[in-house]
Amino acid sequence: MPISNYIIFCLTLFTIGIIGVLVRRNAIIVFMCIELMLNAVNLLLVAFSKMHNGVAYLSDKSSIVGAEAQVFVFFIMVVAAAEVSVGLAIIVMMYRNTHSVDINFLNRLKN
Amino acid sequence: MNSIIVSALLGVVMMFSGIFTTNKTAIKNVAIAGLLILLFANIADTYGWYKITVDAKGMLEFTRFGLLFNSIAIFSTLIYVILSGSDFAKVGTYVAEYFALIFFVLCGVSILSCYNTLLMLFLGVEIMTIPLYILAGTDKKNLKSNEASLKYFLMGAFSTGIMLMGIALIYGVNGNFGIAFDIPAPTSPIPNYGILLPLGLLFMFVSMSFKVSAAPFHFWTPDVYDGTPAVFTSFMATVVKAAGFIAFIKLFQTHYFQLLASWKIILPLVIILTLFIGNITAVFQQSVKRMLAYSSIAQAGFMLFALYSNNDLSNEGILLYAAAYSFATIGIFSVLVKMKDYTFEGFNGLAKTQPVLAATTTVFLLSLAGIPLTAGFFAKYFMLSSAIKQHNGFFMVIIAVLFAAVSVYYYFRVIQAMYFKQGDAETTEINGRFKLGLVLLAALIILLGVMPNMLLQYLYF
Repeated sequence: MPISNYIIFCLTLFTIGIIGVLVRRNAIIVFMCIELMLNAVNLLLVAFSKMHNGVAYLSDKSSIVGAEAQVFVFFIMVVAAAEVSVGLAIIVMMYRNTHSVDINFLNRLKN
Repeated sequence: MNSIIVSALLGVVMMFSGIFTTNKTAIKNVAIAGLLILLFANIADTYGWYKITVDAKGMLEFTRFGLLFNSIAIFSTLIYVILSGSDFAKVGTYVAEYFALIFFVLCGVSILSCYNTLLMLFLGVEIMTIPLYILAGTDKKNLKSNEASLKYFLMGAFSTGIMLMGIALIYGVNGNFGIAFDIPAPTSPIPNYGILLPLGLLFMFVSMSFKVSAAPFHFWTPDVYDGTPAVFTSFMATVVKAAGFIAFIKLFQTHYFQLLASWKIILPLVIILTLFIGNITAVFQQSVKRMLAYSSIAQAGFMLFALYSNNDLSNEGILLYAAAYSFATIGIFSVLVKMKDYTFEGFNGLAKTQPVLAATTTVFLLSLAGIPLTAGFFAKYFMLSSAIKQHNGFFMVIIAVLFAAVSVYYYFRVIQAMYFKQGDAETTEINGRFKLGLVLLAALIILLGVMPNMLLQYLYF
């Protein structure tokens, strides 16, 4: 499959994530959309990793070109997990005070 | 490498110190000792007295510029802890944990000043911001603090997602994560990679603008800075913001701008918009804390000049700016924390009740406004003269000077309230040591304003 299919697919997922963050009003769903953005990036990195490796493979059969992108994906997963733990704690803290996870509540700070 | 490792270790030490003692003063003293150790470790690294060497496979690059910035950031944090450290207890009971989080932020700052690959950039940004999400929400019962924390978290995670997309696209074209590359290999297997690279660079630009709160991506800043407990706003608006700029400059200093051909149009627009929104909105604020939030956007506009001109002079300038801006803002916030009322009226007649506080706050405000004989003047001077040197950008400089004149209005409103208005500004109890600290900080700002080379010589010697 040509690489452009992967690129288009990942950018579509990413765009869905961005639109979700901008449109949805539920904090948990906004959060899920952010995770969707990160996962689109993960997918794209793996696709690029395979692509760069495929090019290097032609000249050198034991090439490890592209491995770093897969390591990067692990880092993104770990950091995303750390972010989830902090983010959910913040959402729970907010829920305890307001009994809702609605983002519209944020507008109160404007004044 | 010293400061990265030592700051992470000290964070753990601070966490454990919370188990052994609940005495707030003792914990603060441990933190001050820790910061002194950290500062010494970083200076030892700078001059090669003692280095912890870890083979980072070229992912970190320790330059004099980055190490000097580390020293400035650690020193600013030291001043911050000395002045405001005892106010942490007003926010919540977990004082040791707050200090631990501050050390973890410093670890992120140390990575951001020395990164050499996009992976370390990503990790540095995350290590720096995740503790800040927690610090923003420390006042758990206060709805404003909750909101600030959630908003900061969502915006931070969102901009990280954008940054990662940028990194992935750049990787796709370039084939590695290094920040220095010339022109992508013509043999790249991607058809039409010509679109991907500018798109990736644009994503990086947008996400870094989010982090340093440059317009039009600044909208989260006033709410977050206003809602966060004032002691922690002080740290967020100074050290963290300056580190964001260092990372931004390091990233785009290399070849990125030559690749993104349209940056010559985008960047001046962003600078002018940032200066405009920051300064004009600050004029209309009623609360000093919120005014400082907008003023931090306005100052970001000046710091962006370092990115615009991007030469030796601007590198010196951004360090001086980081120091001048951090010192002055930390000073103002440490006074603000002591006030009962955060509005402009709350400062009425402060000169009568607390003459020392009023006098030192005046020095800090003059420095932020960029009046000569204070550090802020030379910081702005370096920024603007580097723009003239590099681009002959008189138009930009004239606009910047005009907005600096606007900024004088809202900074002087505080001075006017303190000296020329009747009222009895109420403060919490202020001890002699705090006053001494403020006077020394004001003296340091004036000293830097007279001899900026006192700081900048360390870049070369």
